[in-house]
Amino acid sequence: MKIINPGPLTTIQDAGRHGYMAMGFPVSGAADPIAYRIANMLLGNDPGAAVLEITLGGLSAIFEEHTVIAFTGADMAPTVNGKAVPLYTSREVHPGDKLSTSFAATGCRAYLAIGGGIDAPIVMGSRSVNHKCGIGSKLAADDHVTVLPGAPFRARRATVPEYDHTVRVIRGPQADCFTKDGMKTFLNSEYAVTPFSDRMGCRFLGKTVSTVGSADIISDGIPLGGIQIASDGQPIIMLADRQTTGGYAKIATVITADLPKVAQLRPGDKVRFRAVSLGEALNLWKEQLKLGVIDESIQ
Amino acid sequence: MLNFLRRLIERGPSWPRLLDCGDRALTVEFGNAVDPELNQRVRALDHALKGIPGIVETIPTFRSLFIEYDPFTISRDQLSKLITARLNQPEANARGNEKIIDIPVCYGGEFGPDLADVAANAGLSEAEVIERHSRNNYPIYMLGFMPGFAYLGGLDPQLNTPRLKTPRQEIPAGSVGIAGMQTGIYPLKSPGGWRLIGRTPVKVYDPSSPNPFLYAAGDVIRFRPIDAAEYRRMEALP
Repeated sequence: MKIINPGPLTTIQDAGRHGYMAMGFPVSGAADPIAYRIANMLLGNDPGAAVLEITLGGLSAIFEEHTVIAFTGADMAPTVNGKAVPLYTSREVHPGDKLSTSFAATGCRAYLAIGGGIDAPIVMGSRSVNHKCGIGSKLAADDHVTVLPGAPFRARRATVPEYDHTVRVIRGPQADCFTKDGMKTFLNSEYAVTPFSDRMGCRFLGKTVSTVGSADIISDGIPLGGIQIASDGQPIIMLADRQTTGGYAKIATVITADLPKVAQLRPGDKVRFRAVSLGEALNLWKEQLKLGVIDESIQ
Repeated sequence: MLNFLRRLIERGPSWPRLLDCGDRALTVEFGNAVDPELNQRVRALDHALKGIPGIVETIPTFRSLFIEYDPFTISRDQLSKLITARLNQPEANARGNEKIIDIPVCYGGEFGPDLADVAANAGLSEAEVIERHSRNNYPIYMLGFMPGFAYLGGLDPQLNTPRLKTPRQEIPAGSVGIAGMQTGIYPLKSPGGWRLIGRTPVKVYDPSSPNPFLYAAGDVIRFRPIDAAEYRRMEALP
């Protein structure tokens, strides 16, 4: 595939660079884990296959081989040769076919999986790009994206996951650093996503969350979905490219099942946080893992 | 009765304690201090948990061990029991070979825009801050925050300065900063809230090298003041 226009930010991502957090290496990988997972399932790819993560749209490209593709995540109204490609379905493409995407109607990140998965250098067990850490860079015009051998085409479709704006959380490791009122404010008011959000963190602006003393702690490990409150009293949800450790108190952690929602937030979106128990979180996660694909060629 | 309650409150949390970090991670916290003995216990527990099915990844930090686990392989309760059992075992000592790493730093000016703030906060002159910062040996407690970022012990307590209220969007690679009782070097360009007092021309992290790290946990860093001319000269070296 030859890139004509990469849009503002299109990167190669897979399941992430695991096992190096102790060295200070961010995990990276697809920001929306469920859209990523389904994209590969639609094509019968390896679950860890690399895909393109397209941010807010604008990608256009020409296919140079006969292969299969699937779009998931944000709706960027993708077309092939001007014909709409429904999201969450598999389809074949041929050499010379032209792919276009528009600005996302909803959501922030779309995933384009290609049959066999994208080939790229493996650095410490992963093909995920992390430009800030000196591993790869975002796609540019005239780049060629190559793929590994894939499974033959099968017509598959999947149910579109739900992306609402209620983000469920578990009480965080430093919840004690916040006043009762601070915790109430956090759980009962609306927070708007700011334009300073990226793959490291989704930043919010809303009512200030008050702390008991200082919000600085002795730096410790940051989980995926950890919600830091910086000294200005505003929340930041830590995402795939987050630093491994940090010194801001963490008021809560987004449950695994709601990480996709956070990955699909874009500037201006408003969210509310809601506390759930560990048991509820695990049940919701289990339910989400049941999302699968339907093979239409069998029916 | 009141005295008893006061004592109970003042004693605060009892360590070690387990803190949930969502539905697939937890932190084992050994105390609330930057302390070599606490750090040693963190590394000992990390060592004792190696190879346990369901433990995905760990991050040893100053005074706590972050553990990511797969809750469908090992439940939170099973993991908690296992950690308690390991904590009750005699501790292994995990010390390696210590190296002393010389880090040249050009303090102040364009390289250390917050030097004046750190000096004002400490009630010292800028020259005194430089002298105190480059006098001590700094043991590396952990790597974290970004590839190759070393968290160091040994900062002069008088140089303790709070982080910036709002983190900077971009800090140049090689910047040397202070945050509370911590000091360190930014190996890469990054956003961050540390007070910047200088910059080193040395590349402390290089992903293109087969051995991308200049140092490891357990090593000792020493900062050596250099002037801008020497900075430029060293920066030009391959």
